[in-house]
Amino acid sequence: MTSLSMPLSSLKLGEKSNVVYLDVKGLLRRRILDLGIVPGTVLTCVGKAPTGDPIAYLVRGTVIALRSEDASLIFVKQS
Amino acid sequence: MATIQEPLDKLLKVYLDAECIRTTSNIPIADRVVKDIFCQSEHIAKSVIKQEYSRQKSLDNRIDKIVTSRIFAYPIMIILLGIVFWITITGANIPSKMIATVLFSFQDVLTQWFQLVQAPAWLHGVLVLGMYRTLAWVVAVMLPPMAIFFPLFTLLEDLGYLPRVAFNLDHLFKKAKACGKQCLTMCMGFGCNAAGVVSARIIDSPRERLIAILTNNFVPCNGRFPTLIAIASIFMTGTLALFQKSLVAAGTITIIVLIGVAVTFAVSKILSETVLKGEISSLVLELPPYRKPKVGAVLYRSFIDRTIFVLRRAIVVAAPAGAVTWILANIYIGDVSVLGFVAGILDPIAKVIGLDGFILMAFILGLPANEIVIPILLMSYLSTGQLTEFANLLELKEVLIANGWTWLTAFNTMLFALLHWPCATTLLSMYKETGSKKWTFMGFMIPTVIAFTVCFIIAQAAYLLRLA
Amino acid sequence: MNLTIGDRSKYRGRVMREHFGISTTGEQYIIALAGNPNVGKSTVFNALTGLRQHTGNWPGKTVDNAQGIYSYRKKSFLLVDLPGTYSLLANSVEEEIARDFICFGKPNATIVVVDATSLERNLNLAFQIMEITDKVVICVNLIDEARKKKIKIQFDELEKKLGVPVIPTAARNGEGLEELQKAVYEIVLEKRLTQPKQIAYSQEVEEAISVLMPQIKPLNIAAEVINPKWLALRLLDSDSSFIESINRFVNMYKNIK
Repeated sequence: MTSLSMPLSSLKLGEKSNVVYLDVKGLLRRRILDLGIVPGTVLTCVGKAPTGDPIAYLVRGTVIALRSEDASLIFVKQS
Repeated sequence: MATIQEPLDKLLKVYLDAECIRTTSNIPIADRVVKDIFCQSEHIAKSVIKQEYSRQKSLDNRIDKIVTSRIFAYPIMIILLGIVFWITITGANIPSKMIATVLFSFQDVLTQWFQLVQAPAWLHGVLVLGMYRTLAWVVAVMLPPMAIFFPLFTLLEDLGYLPRVAFNLDHLFKKAKACGKQCLTMCMGFGCNAAGVVSARIIDSPRERLIAILTNNFVPCNGRFPTLIAIASIFMTGTLALFQKSLVAAGTITIIVLIGVAVTFAVSKILSETVLKGEISSLVLELPPYRKPKVGAVLYRSFIDRTIFVLRRAIVVAAPAGAVTWILANIYIGDVSVLGFVAGILDPIAKVIGLDGFILMAFILGLPANEIVIPILLMSYLSTGQLTEFANLLELKEVLIANGWTWLTAFNTMLFALLHWPCATTLLSMYKETGSKKWTFMGFMIPTVIAFTVCFIIAQAAYLLRLA
Repeated sequence: MNLTIGDRSKYRGRVMREHFGISTTGEQYIIALAGNPNVGKSTVFNALTGLRQHTGNWPGKTVDNAQGIYSYRKKSFLLVDLPGTYSLLANSVEEEIARDFICFGKPNATIVVVDATSLERNLNLAFQIMEITDKVVICVNLIDEARKKKIKIQFDELEKKLGVPVIPTAARNGEGLEELQKAVYEIVLEKRLTQPKQIAYSQEVEEAISVLMPQIKPLNIAAEVINPKWLALRLLDSDSSFIESINRFVNMYKNIK
């Protein structure tokens, strides 16, 4: 983890980022990998639920919603 | 046998070698494999796509901004729900009347035939007054709303709106330690609770799947809608004009449904903290692009589907139930019919929860299919055990009032209809999906206990405050 | 007995299909239908099979299974709708079923339905399947949606790059279905040979594979049943469920012999 990386959950609406590191384990990790979220992938924050959680991200043309606790396990750097 | 074992033993050795490579590698091999496949996919896709589409700047995104916004999200969901109910209620009116007229006039023809062959009165009673009449009632009253509601909901589903609802409500599910996708199973439950139970397969975690299965019943299915609509409509009659009546009926149903949703959350939370404790699992929910559904095709297929389904259920369940009810209403123990006798036994318990013995009995007899509850109830009230034709709802209201109904009875009956045990088909699905008698039993007991408790509290409070 | 369909390995395949709850007449070609969730796979399935289908569960599992029949040029095809999956790395029952069926059920061909509006993500599964079998047809569905969004794809180029037939379809409108059936027909009757593009892995991965390959190749099971490279990858992935499946199916094979 470099000093530039931050948890995905702190990405603001409309901001783009590149995945640096996945601190995710178990079934969630597999699901994340299935969607193509690997180091280098571009993730954009495109929406938030009324209460701010879950958060919708654009990855490889698909929009996926993640809860903020789970999104905080994905480390990205802003692009 | 050695020839079979050999390659497998060698395979095991290779497996162990692979483990060794994996653990001593300085990169996570499994992840790298995934990354390589995606890199290639990305590379090839980009090389053949000449013009891309930006999801971020799309109409989809703009719609989502509104539909998931802090201000509009909840109002939109509730209003949409209300609209769907309103269309169902209004749209069902005329077809109901038309079908009723046709079927009930055919009954006279049947009666003539029976008279022609000089069939005994009891046979006429069982087959025509019991079986055929109930069948006609179910088809006339229950079929139109069900045939309209289902296609509407399918349209909403095809449109892609439902995952947005799950997205908006997930924080509530998280508080109840359940899965946001439970929302989607609840939506399925609106059509049919058995289908809702089966749809719980979309939830990965077994614990959360079970919660979704056990609570699906609190969403009223198509079979219970007409019951709710009927009671709401009957008791809303009066000086209201037709349009206002349908608004009020739709509004009442929406409120009842919202109560059901609230109960779902509460029970999910309780289950999570007691018998179904466990880890909260993660949510990975796709928000697919909105698609313009092929309205004509969907309406058509769905409509035909539903109609066939309801008709089949009516023939298989409602008709026999009608026959049985007629028999029980016309066999006497002393000077009271079997129906009256049983209702009398159930009456004390029923009164405590704001209902009466006949209502409770109708719910019990309605185990096979919820659509038959009202026909059975009406048949029981009319001591001849015969469903009279109702030219208008006012007559129906008079029958109910003549049998002691008050606002409390109507309200509690609607609540009981919402909360009580699942129908036989749903219980069967529960058993098939969970493979467990214990959980199926829980699936029966939890709603039952809640139905009794809630109705008890409301009834007693009403009595205490001398409101009823 | 039509010998073009009946040879020993195919016979074994047929018995195995019975393990998957699929009953087929002697002369039917079995076609697997795979794809990500939400790509219109069921639409393709319904469009091809119409009313000649029946649904149920995969044996012993609470996962939907649909099978249907269609005819093309006097041949009968049994289409098996596999559960929608994002990949074949078995993390769920659905993925296990899809993987086992393609690997061990040995369908005569596999149609991979991909979403034209989401090509990049969908190719992931396609590549994985292409590593297991070369009898693959890629069905790029939802091209009507792609048109609405003004997405332009060069299908010929894609076909060249993937090495397998690529058929654009809009199953909702019936577009492209005839071409799809034709491509499947050609693949199954081997009138058309494919050369599926293999995945070029990064150096560390290729090295690891090359260490394992010499041990895998001599195992007869690998050659008969599975692509050795795929097996090496599964082993590197520590996929124990795959090993269990191999156990199960190899025993079945031997018992049939």
